[in-house]
Amino acid sequence: MTYTELALSMTIIAILFDLFVTRSRMVTRKSFWNAYAIMLFFQLITNWWLTSRGILTYDEDVIIGSRIAAAPIEDLFFGFAMITMTISLWIYWGKKGVQRN
Amino acid sequence: MLAFTVMGSFWLEVIFKVGVLRRIKRVLLSIIPVAIIFLAWDYYAVHSGHWTFDKSQVVGIYGPSGIPLEEFLFFFIVPLAGLMTIEAVRAVKKHWTFGDEK
Repeated sequence: MTYTELALSMTIIAILFDLFVTRSRMVTRKSFWNAYAIMLFFQLITNWWLTSRGILTYDEDVIIGSRIAAAPIEDLFFGFAMITMTISLWIYWGKKGVQRN
Repeated sequence: MLAFTVMGSFWLEVIFKVGVLRRIKRVLLSIIPVAIIFLAWDYYAVHSGHWTFDKSQVVGIYGPSGIPLEEFLFFFIVPLAGLMTIEAVRAVKKHWTFGDEK
């Protein structure tokens, strides 16, 4: 699979995981999208740093080629999927009473 | 980049008292399952050549499958910063719902 296909698949999986597995439904909440907006801002900075300095390079054959802040647009989906699943699980454990406070 | 992420997020622990680090069990239960999935993705991507790390710009310690130490840390540091961010939003916007309210 290409990076594009994997990134889109994992984004869909992350959303389904949030809605139907943890049932935290973070993607329906203003609180989550505010936190995501903050993280996206910082992701663009770190993506730019890692990519423009050549710390990370990407195979042009597995991405669609659109870039934001020097990094492939796929990176934003990668980050969204990882962050959404983590926060969704965090809220799930909170609901279960695991270290709520 | 990891230092920048730590600097950009850990002050939330002090200023907003988000108490994420204090809840380490909940942190690990949230980060580890996701990290395993994303490390599997990373493993596949590195082996397929989707992305490559510049050997001269990493510390030089490699884990199994040739993934640099920094990349392993990435899958813990970045989600941790994410948890601090959502808890900081909660600290500022107390009337918003997050889904784990009593």
